[in-house]
Amino acid sequence: MIFDYILNAIALGMTFLYGSTGEIITEKAGHLNLGIPGVMCVGAAGGCAALHYMIVGGVTNGVLLVVIGILAAFLAAALMGLIFSFLAVTLHANQNVTGLAMTTFGVGLMKYIMFGLKEGTSIPYLKALDAFRFPFSSSNSALKYCGVMVFLAIIIALVVSFVLFKTRVGLHLRAVGENPATADAAGINVTLYKYVATCVGCGIAGLGGLCYIMDYSGSREGYLSIEALGWLAVALVIFALWRPHISILGSVIFGALFIAGSFIPTLLPFKILQTMAAAPLLKMLPYVVTIIVLIVTSIRDKKENYPPAGLGLNYYREER
Amino acid sequence: MERSVALELRGVTKTFGKVIANNNVDLTVYAGEILSILGENGCGKTTLMNMISGIYFPDRGHMFVKGEEVVIRSPKDAFDHKIGMIHQHFKLVDVFSASENIVLGIDDGNKYSLKDVNNRVLEISERYGFNIDPKKKIYEMSVSEKQTVEIIKVLYRGADILILDEPTAVLTPQETERLFNVLRRMRDDGKAIIIITHKLHEVLSVSDRVAVLRRGEHIATVETAGTNESELTEMMVGKKISLNIERPEPKEPKDRLIVKNVNCTNSDGIKILDNISFTARSGEILGIAGIAGSGQRELLESIAGLQHLDSGEIMYHNPKNDEEVNLRDRTPLQIRDLGVRLSFVPEDRLGMGLVGNMDIIDNMMLRSYKKGHSMFLNRKAPKNLAKEIIESLEIATPNATTPVRRLSGGNVQKVLVGREIASAPSVLMAAYPVRGLDIGSSYTIYKLLNEQKARGVAVIFVGEDLDVLVELCDKIIVLASGKVTGIVDARTTTKEEIGLLMTKSTSVSEDALKTENSAKEDGCNG
Repeated sequence: MIFDYILNAIALGMTFLYGSTGEIITEKAGHLNLGIPGVMCVGAAGGCAALHYMIVGGVTNGVLLVVIGILAAFLAAALMGLIFSFLAVTLHANQNVTGLAMTTFGVGLMKYIMFGLKEGTSIPYLKALDAFRFPFSSSNSALKYCGVMVFLAIIIALVVSFVLFKTRVGLHLRAVGENPATADAAGINVTLYKYVATCVGCGIAGLGGLCYIMDYSGSREGYLSIEALGWLAVALVIFALWRPHISILGSVIFGALFIAGSFIPTLLPFKILQTMAAAPLLKMLPYVVTIIVLIVTSIRDKKENYPPAGLGLNYYREER
Repeated sequence: MERSVALELRGVTKTFGKVIANNNVDLTVYAGEILSILGENGCGKTTLMNMISGIYFPDRGHMFVKGEEVVIRSPKDAFDHKIGMIHQHFKLVDVFSASENIVLGIDDGNKYSLKDVNNRVLEISERYGFNIDPKKKIYEMSVSEKQTVEIIKVLYRGADILILDEPTAVLTPQETERLFNVLRRMRDDGKAIIIITHKLHEVLSVSDRVAVLRRGEHIATVETAGTNESELTEMMVGKKISLNIERPEPKEPKDRLIVKNVNCTNSDGIKILDNISFTARSGEILGIAGIAGSGQRELLESIAGLQHLDSGEIMYHNPKNDEEVNLRDRTPLQIRDLGVRLSFVPEDRLGMGLVGNMDIIDNMMLRSYKKGHSMFLNRKAPKNLAKEIIESLEIATPNATTPVRRLSGGNVQKVLVGREIASAPSVLMAAYPVRGLDIGSSYTIYKLLNEQKARGVAVIFVGEDLDVLVELCDKIIVLASGKVTGIVDARTTTKEEIGLLMTKSTSVSEDALKTENSAKEDGCNG
C-alpha cells in the first residue's frame, strides 16, 4: 500500500513538476505568469484533442501518438505564452492582470474545446492511453503509474536546472529576470529572451495538463481539476526557491499531500481512525502546507533564495 | 607629437519629443588622454554618452571611431567598436558574483567556464592595480568595489574607449584618489577615457582636456592646464556666479534637539543606528556625512517619528514655552500636536515627500488639509502658497495644476523644500536636498537653508558632497555603519578627515574596533 501511495504521489506530482518548471523559466525571465493554471488546461486540451483526432483517424503507432500528443500540448500552451509575452513585453500590460486573465481564458478555452458548444461537438474524455505507459506498457505492473510523462518531467527539470545555472544562456536569462536594464546594457536581447523563455516555459507547463490526463492511476477527476493543480504548481515554485531540481522533490511531496485524503485512511489500522482521517480535513493538506511553506520561505536568509529582482516588472529601455 | 583620434563626433543631435537634449555637438577624444565632460544637470552630458554607448540612437550626426565612420545602434555595437561605458547607476546583477557580471553578455564562442573568467579578471586586476575577489557576490560589496567590477567589465571586453558617468559621486575622497590613479594608469596604457562630472576640482586634477556642455550644446573644449574653476563655471552656466557658499555666524545658539544614545534595528534584525548621540542647536546648520546607507535616513526618520527606536531619547526643546518633550515613539501627528515642528525632506522625493500624480496645489495640501473645518476642501490657501513658492523659487512649470511628476528633478525638489519651509519649522531636516540639481538651483537651496538658519531654525542637512558640507555647515557628524565616528567643527576640518571617518568602522573589523575602544577606556581609567 505504501509503495502504491508513493508511486501515485510521484505520478500526480509530475503534473506539478511540469507546471513549476515552466513557471520557473518564465519567472527567471522576470515574468510572474499567474496564467499557469490556464496554460496547463490549454496544454491538456491541445494534447487530448490531437490524440482524439489521431485515434479517430486510425493512428495506432504508440510512438507517433506520444510524440504528436506531447508536441500538440506543448505548442498549444506555448501559444498562450506568446499571448502573454505580447501583452506583457510588447504592450507593457500589467503582468498580474494579464496572468489572471490568461487563467480565466485558458480554462474557458479548454471547456470549449473539450465539451463543445453543441451536442456532438465535444471530445470524449480520454483516459490514460496505453501508449503513454510506454515503455512499461503493462497496466498491471507495479510501475503502472510511471509512464513516459513521468520520466520526461524529471528529465526536463534536470535539463532546465543545468541550463539555468551552468550555461551562458542560463546566465543571460537570469540576468534578464534580475535586472533587465543591466542585461540590456550588456548587449543581451532582453525582448527575445523574455519571449522565448515565456513561450518555452508555458509549453512545458502545458505538458503538465497532458500528464495529468495521461499518467494518473485512474482516479482522475477530469479536466476541471487541472486548474486547482495549476495554482499548486505556482506555489511549488516558491517552495523550490526557483530551482527545478529542488522542485522534483517538492512535486512528489505536493503529490503525496494532495492524495493523502484518499490514501492515509486506508493505511490506518482501525475503522474508527479511518473514518476520522477520511474527513475532508485531509484534503486541505496541500493548501495548508503551501501556506506554511510561504511563511517559512519568506524568512529567507540568503539573497540567492529571493525571487528574481525584476519579477513582475515590465521593462522599458528609454525610461529614466 | 601627433596624437591619434580615438573617437570623433560631428553634428550629433538628439531630441526627446520637443526637448532638444543635444544640439549639433562636435567632440574629439584622443587615445591616451582623459577628457572631462563638464556641464550642469540636464545639459545633455549623459544623453550624449548614452548615444556613444548605444543606449540611445542619435537623430542626426556622424560618429567616427579611429577615423572610420560607425553606426552604433545598440550597446553590443558599442562593444564591437571597443567602447565601454560605466554608468552612474551601476548596471550589475546583485545576486551574481563579480565574474558572472563581468562575463554577462559576452559570447566569444569559447566554452562557458567561470574558472577561466576568474583568472582573466585577476589578470586585469593585477595589470591596472585593482583589488577584487572575482567570486564575491555584488550584494556583499561596497560601492567602490561595485565600481571596480564595472570598470573591469568594460576592460574585459577589451574596450579602448572608456566612458565614466559621474564615477566619483558615491566615493569617499580616498576612494576617488585611488580611482584617479587607476584612470591615469589606463591613460598611460593608451586608452581614451571620457569622464563626466560636475565637480570642478576633480576635472582640474584628473583630466587633460575639458569639454563644456550647456543646454545640449558644446560650448568649448579647452586644455585643463590653461584654465581655472571660475572660467569653467562661467562656460558651464553662461554667466558669472559666485562659488562661495555663505556661512554666517550662528546667532545665540541654544540646544533645540538633544539625541541621546539612540539605538534602532531594522526588520532584518540588523542594527542600523548604534548608540547615536548629538545635539542640534538653533541657528546652526548641522551636517551629517557618511557613505550612503550608513543610517542617515533612519536617523532622520526616528526624529520625525517614522522609525521605532529600541532605546534612547530624543529631547526637543520647545522655543515657545521652554518645555522639554521626548519625541521618542510618538507618531508624526502627535509630534505635530505637541507643537513640535519638524519639516522633513526625504531622500526619495517622489516616494515619500510628494505624490507624483497630484499637482503642486494638492501637494501643498498634504501638509495643511487637517486645518480645514468644513467637510469640503479649501483650496484657496494652498493655491496661494503654491503660487508664492513657484515665484520665489523660480520653479519652471506651466502652472500650479501640473502634476508634480511632469516637472524635472530640480523643480520637484524645489516644490518639496518650499513646502517644508513654508510651514515655519523650528527644526528643519533636509536629506540630500540638492541631489540632481544644477549649480544654480543648488545655490538657491543653500540660500534657503541659510535663511532658515538666520531665523533661528535648527537645520540638519544630510549631504553627499563633502565640499559643500564643509563650506555650508557649522558642525558635521560623521556616520559609518550606524555609528557616529566623529563630530567635527566644519570651520576647521578637512574633506580628508571626514573621508577617513566615513570609512572608519567599515575598514576596521568589529573586534578590532572593540579592542580599540576598550583600550581607549582603559587609557581613560588609567
